[in-house]
Amino acid sequence: MAATQVEVSVGQGPGALPRRRQMSDVAIQRLFILPTMILLIVWNVFPLVYSLYLSFTKYSVIAPDPPEWVGLENYSYILQNEKLWESFATTGKYALLAVGIETVLGFGLALLLRDRFRGSGVLTTLLLIPMMLSPVVVGLFWKLLFNPSFGIVNYLIGFTNPATAPDWLAHPILALWAVVIVDVWMWTPFVMLLCLSGLSAIPDYLYEAAAIDRANSWFQFRRITLPQVAPLLLIAVLFRSIEAFKAFDLVMGLTGGGPGDATEVVSVSLYRIAFQGQLRTGRASALAYIVLIIIIAVSNLYIRYLNRIRGEE
Amino acid sequence: MAAFEHTGPGTPVVESIRVDKVSPRARLLRYIRAAIAIVFAVIALIPVYWMATTAFKSYPDAVAIPPKIVFDPTLEGFVNLLTDRRELSVDEVRAFEANPESRCANVDFAECVARGRGQTITGPSQYVQRLTNSVIIAGGSTILSVAFGLLSAYSFSRFRIPGAGDMLFFILSTRMLPPVVVTIPIFLMYRSLGLHDTHLGLIILYTVFNLSFSVWLLKGFLDEIPREYEEAALVDGYSRLQAFRKVVLPQALTGIAATTVFCLIFAWNEYAFALLLTSDRARTAPPAIPSVLGRGVVEWNTIAAGSLGFLIPVVIITFALRKYLLRGVTFGAIRK
Repeated sequence: MAATQVEVSVGQGPGALPRRRQMSDVAIQRLFILPTMILLIVWNVFPLVYSLYLSFTKYSVIAPDPPEWVGLENYSYILQNEKLWESFATTGKYALLAVGIETVLGFGLALLLRDRFRGSGVLTTLLLIPMMLSPVVVGLFWKLLFNPSFGIVNYLIGFTNPATAPDWLAHPILALWAVVIVDVWMWTPFVMLLCLSGLSAIPDYLYEAAAIDRANSWFQFRRITLPQVAPLLLIAVLFRSIEAFKAFDLVMGLTGGGPGDATEVVSVSLYRIAFQGQLRTGRASALAYIVLIIIIAVSNLYIRYLNRIRGEE
Repeated sequence: MAAFEHTGPGTPVVESIRVDKVSPRARLLRYIRAAIAIVFAVIALIPVYWMATTAFKSYPDAVAIPPKIVFDPTLEGFVNLLTDRRELSVDEVRAFEANPESRCANVDFAECVARGRGQTITGPSQYVQRLTNSVIIAGGSTILSVAFGLLSAYSFSRFRIPGAGDMLFFILSTRMLPPVVVTIPIFLMYRSLGLHDTHLGLIILYTVFNLSFSVWLLKGFLDEIPREYEEAALVDGYSRLQAFRKVVLPQALTGIAATTVFCLIFAWNEYAFALLLTSDRARTAPPAIPSVLGRGVVEWNTIAAGSLGFLIPVVIITFALRKYLLRGVTFGAIRK
């Protein structure tokens, strides 16, 4: 790369302007990368270290006392607190239901749309709209759709009498389903998009060979389509699972964690501990760390599994 | 002659020529598939349609039982959203009743709509300020994250950097952090730095959050530009920076545009940080829309108007960007 400078002086020729000082490539690299790395370190690594420290202390942002070291107390409190276990269970249930339905629907839609027909491009784009919207606004708006007396959801599924129609968001079980439905509405397009790109990468000759061998379509699906799309489908599931575990905006917009704590997912619990009531910053930091560890662990396991599948191909 | 008319390589082959796909049965299956897909799309778009129409309903129409599909469109919701109003006094109402034409004489359109509901406008609402904040913060952070991202992506794409793989992984991993996990320390940090509830604070934060995304996405786009162009420029006497500006940038424009828009959408939609790190001065629109709910009667048409105004730009962008959606939503982790 040092050759660059020599070439530059040749290019400018002997009669050119007095040679300006050229930045060396190494200087350019540093100058280009440093701002990014500094920003990321200061805004990500520092907070992580700081909240690790806070998670071992008793501290509240509104109290005047400095953080007091309490060791593992916050962690043991969280692990023994049934309500928090419940919020983990709620998150798990929500993630499992939502991601499961999204995978099936998304893959199905991708299969429907893989062969282009007139208008399929526009149709695909229209289907992608929900994914791009602001989750909190979506949650808020679905609140109107779920309204027991003038919401359209109940009318569309056949409950035309407001007196007997279910009140989705006030019902302890239906509320979670309402969140799942909205999540499915929003994120099925994402799975569909990834599956579509997986499907489009399957070479045609595989199907041609299968057709020549008179393989039926179920066999083609089992032996060609599914294994070929699997890696991308699994990536979609991984992304969605992580996102579902982080879910916050949508739940806040739709139910705010209610009724009671029926839809209180981990992020909402964390928010409530950290920023409502007593503002227990230390305890919230410990919970945040537990969430972080779970996410890292699950995605690691998953990525390993994914690599194994890819290796087997 | 007509039979031999040249339709040529100019027209793309849309229909498959595979034998197993031109049989009548295959054709029928295709129609069925298309029909099912259309049904799904219609179901998926009902909520969007409902929101769009509710935005143009009057309050009684918005909460009518049963829900109204046919209604008189009005801009009431938008006027409510953007203005603060007070009720008209009894005398004023009588004056307008006595002389209906005076209601809309010499006043702008918004005031006319408000008077129709027995109210008069006292000034712009808080929402206008929130929206301005959204524009400032989303715009500022997008410019910064694309600029920094472009520089780093260029370095990662063109130079052999020791530890590049680790650095790139680190950059990617920052995106995996749930926002609520890092909010507490950032909240504390911002409080002591005086960045709490400031535009600058949110701009930096969104920049950081978008950086991982913009570095990966732009690196993907830059990797596709052949190095030979630049090398030729270098031989011709351009400096590295000149080559970057005059050769690489113009070719990367589409990639930059796509990245910009994705960053913009993220910053525009962001809710958690905005909720926790701002209170009034720098609060953006997403946390403000739910708070409209808190005040007395839930004016669904107003909320719908707010949502619609907030969503329309994103919908337009979705159409403009459909080619890049896959890359965008997986931030370059997957390449076709």
